[in-house]
Amino acid sequence: MANTMQFDLVSPERSLASFPVSAVQIPGADGDMTAMPDHAPTITTLRPGILKAEGPDGSAEFLVTGGFAQINADAMSVLAEKAIPVGEVTRAHLDDMIAEARASHQSAVDQGQHTIVDDAAKLLADMEALDTHMSL
Amino acid sequence: MPSLKDLKNRIESVKSTRKITKAMQMVAAAKLRRAQEAAESSRPYAQRFNTVMAGLAASVGGSDSAPMLLRGTGKDDVHLLVVLTAERGLCGGFNSSIAKLARVKAEELRGKGKTVKVLTVGKKGRDALKRDLGEFFVGHVDLSEVKRLGYINAQDIARDILGRFDAGEFDVATIFFAEFQNVVTQIPTAQQIIPAAFDEVEGDDSGTLYDYEPSEEAILADLLPKGVATAIFSALLENGASEQGARMSAMDNATRNAGEMIDKLTIQFNRSRQAVITNELIEIISGAEAL
Repeated sequence: MANTMQFDLVSPERSLASFPVSAVQIPGADGDMTAMPDHAPTITTLRPGILKAEGPDGSAEFLVTGGFAQINADAMSVLAEKAIPVGEVTRAHLDDMIAEARASHQSAVDQGQHTIVDDAAKLLADMEALDTHMSL
Repeated sequence: MPSLKDLKNRIESVKSTRKITKAMQMVAAAKLRRAQEAAESSRPYAQRFNTVMAGLAASVGGSDSAPMLLRGTGKDDVHLLVVLTAERGLCGGFNSSIAKLARVKAEELRGKGKTVKVLTVGKKGRDALKRDLGEFFVGHVDLSEVKRLGYINAQDIARDILGRFDAGEFDVATIFFAEFQNVVTQIPTAQQIIPAAFDEVEGDDSGTLYDYEPSEEAILADLLPKGVATAIFSALLENGASEQGARMSAMDNATRNAGEMIDKLTIQFNRSRQAVITNELIEIISGAEAL
């Protein structure tokens, strides 16, 4: 049994990470999950949060928003709309993201469409939780 | 017959034109490399995205619960043509070939009695289509302030298009851009983005059965809008590389033409100079003989 799998993190603009890992913790839409080698093939969407990848050569953490993860037994790829290494995240990044979430929440409220309001409220809450979690 | 001074001025002006076109060519070459790198590094995302989407679309596609973005509105009366062009000219046939493709498509659709709406991205496309399709313009996206094309620009355009789709302004959306082949070849391309069409899955993935979390429909509904943004982003990057490639070869031609022109003008200049000298000599000699 293999004890590592290939991990790829790509954003639309570039590929951010590609290395072997032993475990990856991802912020799934229905809750955090950790994928290890020989995981059942799964596709899940992501909510904004922190992704932790642990490998034989050390670990890495990324802030990801919007996207999905494709998990296979021997490989995992995460496609995130925005992904930033945690070390490079600044207060300004978070403020921008929260402001954006707040704006889309507001516009959804104005249009009075309930499902969109709920989605946007969740997005805003996720962003704010992320903010508290990172405590920059 | 132009005077010697005129010729001299002419040669000087062509020389400075050649300097400018040469400089533009080199700038375009440098930008082309960057544009190609950007296009290359965006490819893994687009490929994986499309693979997953194709799988999802295949399993959900037929059902009535499939999102509107995938199965369409059920009509195809109103077409939105999104024409992606450059903000600047002097790049050979790049802008006009995209505009031409869009114009032909618009004519064809109107011939079938469909309504056409046009959204232009990039100033040159708007200028080129203003005369024929000006009355169908519904919007314009200005990218002239954008220094470095990012995913965020694609997202803005996608948001605009999706907003119009949700408002029921159109049934089918097609983007027009030039696909980059190499420096001399850019292929004007039309790609339908709404309802979404995905290429068949290639490779070995087809055998794997995935668990979906949340449900397939929910994932699809979440990802389809992103698919629009991804398609536009890829198109923008292809366009960026094509524009620089087209400009590079156009400026290369211009530089070569200027060189030929300078050679011709120089020969003409030398001939007339010699003619002037000969004339003067004849005058002097005939003057001396007359004495």
